Amino acid sequence: MIRSITKPKSKEEIHSLLGGLNRIYIIGCGTCVTLTHTGGAPEVAAMKEALLDSGKLVTGQIVVPVACDNLTSEILSEEIEKIEQADVLLIMTCAFGVQTISSQLKRMVVPALDTLFIGKETASGQFNEICTQCGTCVIGETGGICPVTNCHKGLINGPCGGTNQGKCEIDSNKDCAWTLIYNRLSELGRLDSMRKLHGPRNFLGEPKPGKYEMAKS
Amino acid sequence: MISSFKKALDSGKFIITCELAPPKGINLDKTAHHIDLLKDKVHAMNLTDHQSSVMRFPSLGGALLVKEMGGEPILQMTCRDRNRLALQADLLFAASRGILNVLCLTGDSVMLGDHKTAKGVFDLDSSQLLATIRTLEKGKDLGGGDLDGYPPDFCAGAIVTPEAKPIEPQLIKFEKKIEAGAEFIQTQAVYDLDKMKAFMGYARQFPVKILAGIILLTSAPMARFMNKNIAGVNVPQALIDEIAAAPKGGAITKGIEIAGRMIKRIHEEKMCDGVHIMAIGKEELVPEIMAAAGLTP
Ligand code: SF4
Ligand code: SF4
Repeated sequence: MIRSITKPKSKEEIHSLLGGLNRIYIIGCGTCVTLTHTGGAPEVAAMKEALLDSGKLVTGQIVVPVACDNLTSEILSEEIEKIEQADVLLIMTCAFGVQTISSQLKRMVVPALDTLFIGKETASGQFNEICTQCGTCVIGETGGICPVTNCHKGLINGPCGGTNQGKCEIDSNKDCAWTLIYNRLSELGRLDSMRKLHGPRNFLGEPKPGKYEMAKS
Repeated sequence: MISSFKKALDSGKFIITCELAPPKGINLDKTAHHIDLLKDKVHAMNLTDHQSSVMRFPSLGGALLVKEMGGEPILQMTCRDRNRLALQADLLFAASRGILNVLCLTGDSVMLGDHKTAKGVFDLDSSQLLATIRTLEKGKDLGGGDLDGYPPDFCAGAIVTPEAKPIEPQLIKFEKKIEAGAEFIQTQAVYDLDKMKAFMGYARQFPVKILAGIILLTSAPMARFMNKNIAGVNVPQALIDEIAAAPKGGAITKGIEIAGRMIKRIHEEKMCDGVHIMAIGKEELVPEIMAAAGLTP
């Protein structure tokens, strides 16, 4: 299942984003951020403690099941009194949740997390970015491994000079996508596909901001 | 118009190129001094492009200075900082000033340099940049438009790391660079010439001139640092021991001797078409390295 992968912002950044705002309502989410331990019930409780310790007032808190869902507004409407007492909503969900809630409630929001990527749990407690939704999918020629996402530079013609023992030049803990692709294509007996010289990539898959309307039937 | 470097490559002579890094700032005194010292001794000088992603005076500006001072520049261009519009524009400008030799590189990640939070571009890669050069020469741009006054023949080159691990993906990329139009290759630094010889046994089947990369060793810690930090550079222990055993203050002399000895063997055995000497900040020593190799300008 795809997941939104997040990490907590620093205490300092949250403190500065909250500025002079003293009355705070905290929102967590029961889905991705619960899995990554960045915005589930325990993290929301710990945030409340930390805010109280720093002299803030917490008007309430909730962990909604799926923050990015349109139903979130209905769940939050039951909390509306506590929400209205607050100067700001401190939201411990991914940025999909933050934006969903801010558009539903039209109140000042502060994200408590940084949303890193849309990824997948590949081993217990380990999350990897798999696809960055580029709009012009090339993995039909790379053995089903995405170079746009997995190569630090998004290269489509093979490895750069920094590739080192199968790892990427930026981090010896990250695999070099082109070693993975080479190995996969080699196993499949399809290295001819890697030998093909590709012209410049089409970056115009779907110009930002992405928008798609289903054809009416 | 054919560049003098291309003429030299085609002549079959043993080619010597070296490398200059433009300054961080606009004080060009040292660069000009090195150009003056080397312009008549080497066939061409590479101007690095924000090497290791450290922001500096542009390679294009350095190449222009070499040209103005009567030398032969090789413009290094990476794909890290410019998209296809900017790369094409800089190629047109280079051509308009007679800068025709271009070394095409993908470029290091910005994370390795001194502006770590910058956006890396990589709109093109090294092989696509080579193909872009070939397109411009035909009077077209990448958008399919016609050029009003188009560049004469560039002399396009690329790099390869003969000791990359694993080597197979690297060789596929190398072959694509040649297909895309690389006429010359300057290699990553090599120290094990038997391995280089084996690489050349493979590379000789392609219509491309190969200049072996030689980085001047200046101390044993520097050699160990490269082994640890530069992908595909492998200084054998015997060479590290040799430089470590040099008398106090004599490491550089030893480094010059080692570089000279390697170049001499490459030359005498006709292993490669030439050498690319990287003296990293000690460019004034290039003539001594050449002398130690028994090469006269
Ligand atoms: S090329 Fe990669 S980023 Fe683009 S759609 Fe395919 S998998 Fe996703
Ligand atoms: S080392 Fe591999 S993954 Fe990293 S930028 Fe180079 S080719 Fe891409």
